[in-house]
Amino acid sequence: MTNKATSVSPLHPDPVSRPIEEAGPARTAVELDRVGKIYGHGTTAVEALHEISFDIRDNEFFTLLGPSGCGKTTLLRTLAGFEHVTRGVIRLFGQDIVDVPTHKRPVNTVFQHYSLFPHMTVADNVAYGLRRLKKPADEIRGTVDEMLRLVKMERFADRLPAQLSGGQQQRVALARALAPSPKVLLLDEPLSALDLKLRQAMRQELKQIQARTGITFIFVTHDQDEALSMSDRIAVMSEGHLQQVGTPTEIYEHPVNRFVAGFVGDANFIEAEIASPIGAKVTCRTRGGLELQADATKASSGQRDAVLFLRPEKVRLTEPGAGTVNGTVRDIQYLGNSTLMEIDIGEPASVIVRQSGDVNQPACRPGDTVGVVLDPHALQVLAE
Amino acid sequence: MIANLPDSPVLRRSLALAPALIIIGVFMLIPMVVMAIFSFLEAKSFGGVVWNFSGSAYIQLLYERMLDDSLRLSPGYLIIIARSFLLAFVAMVCCLIVGFPVAYFISRQPIQHRNMWVLLITIPFWTNQLVRTFAWIIILGRNGVIEAPFRFAGLLGADETLGLMYSDFAITVGLTYTFIPLMVLPIYASLEKLDFSLVEAAADLYSSRWEAFSKVIIPLAKPGIIAGCLLVFIPSLGAFIQPDLLGGGKKLMLGTLVQFQFSTARNWPFGSAIAMILLAFVMLFLILYARAARNAKAMDLH
Repeated sequence: MTNKATSVSPLHPDPVSRPIEEAGPARTAVELDRVGKIYGHGTTAVEALHEISFDIRDNEFFTLLGPSGCGKTTLLRTLAGFEHVTRGVIRLFGQDIVDVPTHKRPVNTVFQHYSLFPHMTVADNVAYGLRRLKKPADEIRGTVDEMLRLVKMERFADRLPAQLSGGQQQRVALARALAPSPKVLLLDEPLSALDLKLRQAMRQELKQIQARTGITFIFVTHDQDEALSMSDRIAVMSEGHLQQVGTPTEIYEHPVNRFVAGFVGDANFIEAEIASPIGAKVTCRTRGGLELQADATKASSGQRDAVLFLRPEKVRLTEPGAGTVNGTVRDIQYLGNSTLMEIDIGEPASVIVRQSGDVNQPACRPGDTVGVVLDPHALQVLAE
Repeated sequence: MIANLPDSPVLRRSLALAPALIIIGVFMLIPMVVMAIFSFLEAKSFGGVVWNFSGSAYIQLLYERMLDDSLRLSPGYLIIIARSFLLAFVAMVCCLIVGFPVAYFISRQPIQHRNMWVLLITIPFWTNQLVRTFAWIIILGRNGVIEAPFRFAGLLGADETLGLMYSDFAITVGLTYTFIPLMVLPIYASLEKLDFSLVEAAADLYSSRWEAFSKVIIPLAKPGIIAGCLLVFIPSLGAFIQPDLLGGGKKLMLGTLVQFQFSTARNWPFGSAIAMILLAFVMLFLILYARAARNAKAMDLH
């Protein structure tokens, strides 16, 4: 979209020269310390957040990822101050903000359904936070222009929200939340109401705006593609529990457990028992009697049973007899840019193989026998 | 039935509209035209009209005819008009002050409880107005619910009274009480549509509670507030039961004046003229309202 080298950020006059990592250890923007949230009480109590602890660094594009009902939105709302935590501490740049009311937190939110004030023009919406902060009028005017330019909405300053499309409203919502220069920007599934093409374009743009403004973004989504493509780091959540925090590569390549492996991308799981002492590599015996070598860096020392995990694109097919094991092709799904194949290798669950459009792959049809290569580097033992 | 209708679309449309047109014509337009005509005729001594064109009914509003047939400006009726406006306005403000929090409260209740609250608000409305107004005599009157404890405590002598009844205060209380559902319901209707995340957005953007209320909730409830104010103000302006019972006939309002002209004074043209004046004011407010509503529509709440 925009070329970074030619666009000059109004907030940081020279975005290119701004070091991506500040010298020394990065400052901590948000620190969550055993944050818990319980709705209701007695027998009807529901635990929405359980002992959540992690840090979000300054300047980071941080994503909270998880299925609906996992607590990611609740966590975001406790950061904004819309919900009180039941226990635990939230620190914003070192300051405990648990008892600070919403309107005194230097944090702004982009709401899922935009929540623009319908009775105000685009410019008035963007100016709203600045006016409440009692900024001088000419400064407000300047910032509003700057923000509208940042989100490419300067031509729509006098429109009312109802006269804008969903994507345009989204941009205004972003400008409104950025205008008061919050220390942290919270984004609650901001792209979920947009259609696919727009969503993909907005991903890049959000990422660029984050880099230009240097504001810490905390982004909530249930869409793994969104999380992987935009984030510096991701926290995966499930049922109120934090599952894993890491970079997109760590999360995708080295998930800590079956939930993360299965939620972030497609995964093959092979159940097995450990047949050798646990080291960097380990030998496992599967239910179907296969002996497989696997990466055991995530395995715990006393572990006996293991779930072996393998991404579909890491499985190779070859001539019958030339692979780790022979299998029978069950089903083929052509997806355009890749082909998904379901192959029975005599295990309780069949193996899914993703082949990108490679002409050198042997053409096969359901019922064919193929050799399946299970690479011991790609095959990982998941922690219990 | 439908198959037997004539083919001409114009005829068919007029036939379909006929019942509504007949009702509006017979029960609204004709009586209004009669009133308008009567207001320009001369009064018969014991009711009825003499069919001579005359503007005397309207002149009577402003001037008093002296014995020598000269006209003298007389503020008597203007005072009644002014009092009507004042009392209706005060009642409207009271309804707004009491009604808005009630409407807000209902709109924030769980959705399955809201209808019950609305029902509770409207139940008194179904009771006869006269009966409800009489109830206030029991509350406000001599030896009423309010005065009795004072008398019992010896703070009020046997011949003394707090003077709550037969006052502008009593009329205002009566009007406020009677018309408050008309304020609560339209405000509730606009608050119920209000997306509460807008209030969160306001708080998120550094608004205190008061600022969120004045900058977001009030402007978005404005259509309901305006509708409620009109719905209270207009009938209050023409009310006659409350001023009659609670004002004791001493504190006249426009409604009581009209009723008085037709029943006691038997001056039909003058009564009609006052009714026409009242109608003119009502039309004026409705036009202003229609304008406000058109402006509000431009910003349309999705």
